[in-house]
Amino acid sequence: MSEVRSTIESAVPGAVIDEHLHAGEVTVEVDRGLLLDVARFVKGPPLTFVLLSDVSCADFPEHPQRFRLAYHLFSLDTGARLRLRVWAGIEPEVESVTGVWATANWHEREVYDMFGVRFRNHPDLARILMPLDWEGHPLRRDYPLGGEEVQFTDAV
Amino acid sequence: MSTEPGAGIPVAEEAREALEAARREGRGLTETERAIAGAEAMTTQEALASIEAASETTPGSRRPMVINLGPQHPSTHGVLRLVTELDGEVIRDLHPVIGYLHTGIEKQCENKTYWQAITLVTRMDYLASYFNIHAYTSAVEKLLGLEVPDRAQYLRVIMSELNRITSHLVWLGTSGLELGAITVFFYSYGERDKALDLGEMIAGERMNTRFFQVGGCADDMPPGFETRLRAFLQELPSRIDEYEDLLSSNPIWIDRTKGVGILPPEQLIDLGVTGPALRAAGVDLDLRKTAPYSGYEHFDFQVPLGVSGDAYDRYSVRLREMRESVRIIEQALDGMPEGGHIADDRKVVLPPRAELATSMEALIHHFKLVTEGFRVPEGEAYSAVESPRGELACYVVADGSPKPRRVHMRDPSFVNLQALRPMARGAYLADLITMIGSLDNVMGGVDR
Amino acid sequence: MALIPPAGSPIERAPRTDADIDRDLREVMEQELEKSLLLTTLDKALAWARSSSIWPATFGLACCAIEMMHTATPRYDIARFGAEVFRASPRQADLLIVSGRVAQKMAPVLRLIYDQMLEPKWVISMGACASTGGVFNNYALVQGVDKVVPVDVYVPGCPPRPEGLIEGILILQKKIGANGLPSSADLRRERAAAGAG
Repeated sequence: MSEVRSTIESAVPGAVIDEHLHAGEVTVEVDRGLLLDVARFVKGPPLTFVLLSDVSCADFPEHPQRFRLAYHLFSLDTGARLRLRVWAGIEPEVESVTGVWATANWHEREVYDMFGVRFRNHPDLARILMPLDWEGHPLRRDYPLGGEEVQFTDAV
Repeated sequence: MSTEPGAGIPVAEEAREALEAARREGRGLTETERAIAGAEAMTTQEALASIEAASETTPGSRRPMVINLGPQHPSTHGVLRLVTELDGEVIRDLHPVIGYLHTGIEKQCENKTYWQAITLVTRMDYLASYFNIHAYTSAVEKLLGLEVPDRAQYLRVIMSELNRITSHLVWLGTSGLELGAITVFFYSYGERDKALDLGEMIAGERMNTRFFQVGGCADDMPPGFETRLRAFLQELPSRIDEYEDLLSSNPIWIDRTKGVGILPPEQLIDLGVTGPALRAAGVDLDLRKTAPYSGYEHFDFQVPLGVSGDAYDRYSVRLREMRESVRIIEQALDGMPEGGHIADDRKVVLPPRAELATSMEALIHHFKLVTEGFRVPEGEAYSAVESPRGELACYVVADGSPKPRRVHMRDPSFVNLQALRPMARGAYLADLITMIGSLDNVMGGVDR
Repeated sequence: MALIPPAGSPIERAPRTDADIDRDLREVMEQELEKSLLLTTLDKALAWARSSSIWPATFGLACCAIEMMHTATPRYDIARFGAEVFRASPRQADLLIVSGRVAQKMAPVLRLIYDQMLEPKWVISMGACASTGGVFNNYALVQGVDKVVPVDVYVPGCPPRPEGLIEGILILQKKIGANGLPSSADLRRERAAAGAG
């Protein structure tokens, strides 16, 4: 158990489900319901992760909860990085963290556009990359790559 | 196309369908949807009628004029659309609409092997193509636990800094062009041609190269490259002096850039802004110093900072960054270590071509790598580099197969563009052009 | 290397020069036309004027746009071929150089810009992405801009060198009728008139 995990656990009990240390990076898996509390806590002292670098999503259709969000955080004071992971569930829906880091606005819009994950209390959850009337969420694993049929395209 | 003005125009059709979809689902429109679709979905007759109706009921009232900048626009640095609400010349609110260059690169990377994905990833932020690959390959190297030899690291630093110089030259040229300083455009692009010649010498292509590979660089420096590079570096500082002569004390330039686009540093960090836009506000965040990668800890260079964070400070920071890049490249050339230009691991890296004629093992490795690709053990990695626009990072999720499960680029232009809306509120329309220029966004990175 | 046939071998061929291409084009066109067609001096003058002053519209989309900008700069200098300025307004431009990948969202905008241009107008599809979709065969891109606008010249490359784009413009000038050849529009008109008459 690393220091980060224990700090978060003491502040927001029951939030941390799991922890991974791999390739020099710390990943803390957090319970979906307590995401906002964890977010508010890690932004302030003592961890001071004031910069939310990235919110991204990966689709695992074989997993019961399917969509896995990753929040990448950076602390200007300590230079440390942290990844918070949340499973969004089948619906899928997660609380928005735009109230904590304003930069999450467009990141979450992109995740909604590409994966269909809805963010509760997001100020402006509209499609951002695809046209407004597009149907489907392109980066889901069951969405076809599209394009034209070309001989020898998928040679590998 | 029907004879009624405004009907049959494809953008209006899209907007109308979006509104219909929202009405069918029974949900209200979000702010952005209202801004884009609300105005577009009306035909010209409807628009005129609504204006007349508004002016009749509330005489003397002023409604903001909504105009559309882009996506085809000479000054929006690519296909950026800004739905701007104007009150005369003052901007009341603005909604950036992006996605006009969305290329589906992240989806396509999932269908390619790790090696093939390099050519796709490099075309995201097309002005910082080396940085895209650097972020991607370092993430894959982290997952593989592969160490990059020192010489390869120095080569990467040299090409990255050269890319930083060319990217800043494009920014300088286009920003100058937009504000009317047309001479700077011709000067900086002329310089950029020389730098691209160097890139062509070592990588084979001017832009969108695939010079960085997983494990190092594709090739070593060809003979004559170092001499030519040193000659270029010798000349560049005097050229930057010329640009400064043209602009830095120019009263028109100062008038147009001083005090424009200021946001407090806390708000910038909250918005996720990184790179020169943040450093111009005085925040010392440069990933080359804070979290050194690829051998940057061996080099002695300064991180230029600004004071107020206005467009002039951003301009000054970028020019000083170009000078620091020259110093870094010179130090890298002076201290270039011996060794291989790519890692030795034959399971991941292609063997040198000469070996294919003599070694059966090399042939088998080559065949396997080209047809199947190398397998990356399960895991995820997030690797960040300091690109000319800020923190450019790549998040790779691997599942043990030869193809990546998910490749996501955290692009600085995408994030920095969010700062445009708070910056532009209450500013003049002409200052909006300065702000877009000073943020230096590349739409390829924004839309991916 | 074996790629260059040795002198005197049956597959040896002299390199084709510009004059060769012009001659072949002229022969083919003369065969296709009715014998009674005459190219008037006025047509020739119009063709010369139009081809010598093609003003492109700024339609830079992605990486190709950067190389397009390079053609306007001192080393490659497109202005010496007549493309003096890049006009921002499509109403004032003759040539639409679609430089870069056209996303699904951008396609209606491209058509709008093309429709706003006044006749005579031409389109150069610059780069692999504009010509065929390029490296990106997926849901997001229009696989070739000729699905949206009629294209006159395709310039391959990813991105094409500025010299490549300049060659595309020179070929377009030939097509417009620069060297006294009838332009493709003239040919179409003649053929339609011959068919109707």
